[in-house]
Amino acid sequence: MIKTDHLCKRYDSVTAVEDVTFEVRPGEVLGFLGPNGAGKTTTMRMLAGFVTPTSGRASICGHDVVSAPLAARQSLGYLPEGAPSYGEMRVRAFLEFIADLRRLEGTRKRTRLDHVIERLQLATVLEQPIETLSKGFRRRVGLAQALVHDPPVLILDEPTDGLDPNQKHEVRALINEMAREKITVISTHILEEVDAVCTRAIVIARGRIVADDTPLQLAARSRYHNAVSLQLERPEQLAAAREALEALPSVAQVEVSERDSRLTALPRAGAPILQAISELSSSRGLKLKELHLESGRLDEVFRTITA
Amino acid sequence: MRNVGLILRRELASYFATPLAYVFILIFLVLANAFTFYLGDFYQRGQADLQPFFAFHPWLYLFLIPALSMRLWAEERASGSIELLMTLPVRVWEAVLGKYLAAWLFTALALALTFPIWITVNYLGSPDNGVIVASYLGSLLLAGGFLAVGSCMSALTRSQVVAFILGVVACFVLLLAGYPLVINAFQGWAPHALIETVASLSFLTHFQSITRGVLQARDVLYFAMLIAFFLFTTAVALDLRKAE
Repeated sequence: MIKTDHLCKRYDSVTAVEDVTFEVRPGEVLGFLGPNGAGKTTTMRMLAGFVTPTSGRASICGHDVVSAPLAARQSLGYLPEGAPSYGEMRVRAFLEFIADLRRLEGTRKRTRLDHVIERLQLATVLEQPIETLSKGFRRRVGLAQALVHDPPVLILDEPTDGLDPNQKHEVRALINEMAREKITVISTHILEEVDAVCTRAIVIARGRIVADDTPLQLAARSRYHNAVSLQLERPEQLAAAREALEALPSVAQVEVSERDSRLTALPRAGAPILQAISELSSSRGLKLKELHLESGRLDEVFRTITA
Repeated sequence: MRNVGLILRRELASYFATPLAYVFILIFLVLANAFTFYLGDFYQRGQADLQPFFAFHPWLYLFLIPALSMRLWAEERASGSIELLMTLPVRVWEAVLGKYLAAWLFTALALALTFPIWITVNYLGSPDNGVIVASYLGSLLLAGGFLAVGSCMSALTRSQVVAFILGVVACFVLLLAGYPLVINAFQGWAPHALIETVASLSFLTHFQSITRGVLQARDVLYFAMLIAFFLFTTAVALDLRKAE
């Protein structure tokens, strides 16, 4: 379990992290969200023992990160921001170095190294110096390094930054697969990632936690929650459709995007409007390309609560 | 101790993975020999000893050792790998010691590669090989002292250039601590005891006492304590501001 208790970090005049308290249990994948400079990285660095908290406590699997740093670090796999490593080292030598420092020996070392090399598809670059690799490969070397000792706790600072869509998908699948028995904390500013991997999201702004919820609940805070979005086949019906939608008593507001002939109807406080709209469109003879119910827009929630 | 060994091995390998090792060794050998033969009048003196060879080591080290030590920690900071190293289950002193010993071992190798001059002097005459062995040890201790100072300076900054300059200045002050250049700065205001203390810290005095052929416990102890002090300071500096 990861536990933080009123964690604070101050630099001279700046407060980077203030009063951050949360717990993460096995099986949870916690996503840290927040604008750049909000304190995500500082919080993760405190968990990893790289930054010493000004006040408050944090523990990894019961080991306090300040008073028992070695035990805490041993149960932790950590990918620092930007996936730093030793550029002149070859991938294999680098991973062996980390495995040695992680006290892996004999066949266990072999199988773990083979496993991460295979999972992160590093076999083709094993003999290359890390500094010659692409950003995506370097990130994957960083992930391999964090996973090599099969730690119960994973803290990954922007694990998919710099990866192409296929690689992103791979890494997310990897996180999902490992998540069941591990405690995972990732930071990201890619909101789709929260939907893809996180069971829980903490939003940080200006060093404080401003939201701590499941992605679904977070999205439900959106004014687009339960909104109905429809796309018309014939743009000339746009004005008529708008009028008809606005006339519905349960619709609070209608947003129109002329570019793709799309209308979004926002409901009055939680009212179900899908049925009414679907009936309306058939009675008014609106030709629909698409009709769907929105669960809420994370990016909109994100902007509202971090602004 | 296992971690010290692992870090030492990685560090040493990284010297040879880049041109650094070869450039350093080449320049060290060229300069050491140039000083000995052109400035030290190795042949003209007509004496079979390596005194002119060792006499220039402090000045050679003054610039070459900070060039080697500047990267020890500044590079880790600049590349961010310090965050990786310091979040592995490694104690700060293990990392400090491992990296330091790698650098020291490397200078030992460079120093060992000057062996042809030892062979030469034995071919030309019959030198006191005891003095030469003591001098080699003294030179190694001196390099170790410079490296410890350089390691400390490197831990203070993320810029290798700054680390180099700080290293040269700090080494220069320590080198000449017993000489007027440094002592004069203290004369007139500092108490006599302080001046005495500063003067006794001179690298050069202790080094010269060893190269005369007497490997005294107090000179060895001096270097050992100085190295321990600066490595300890390195660890403290890193611990206090590793993330900055």
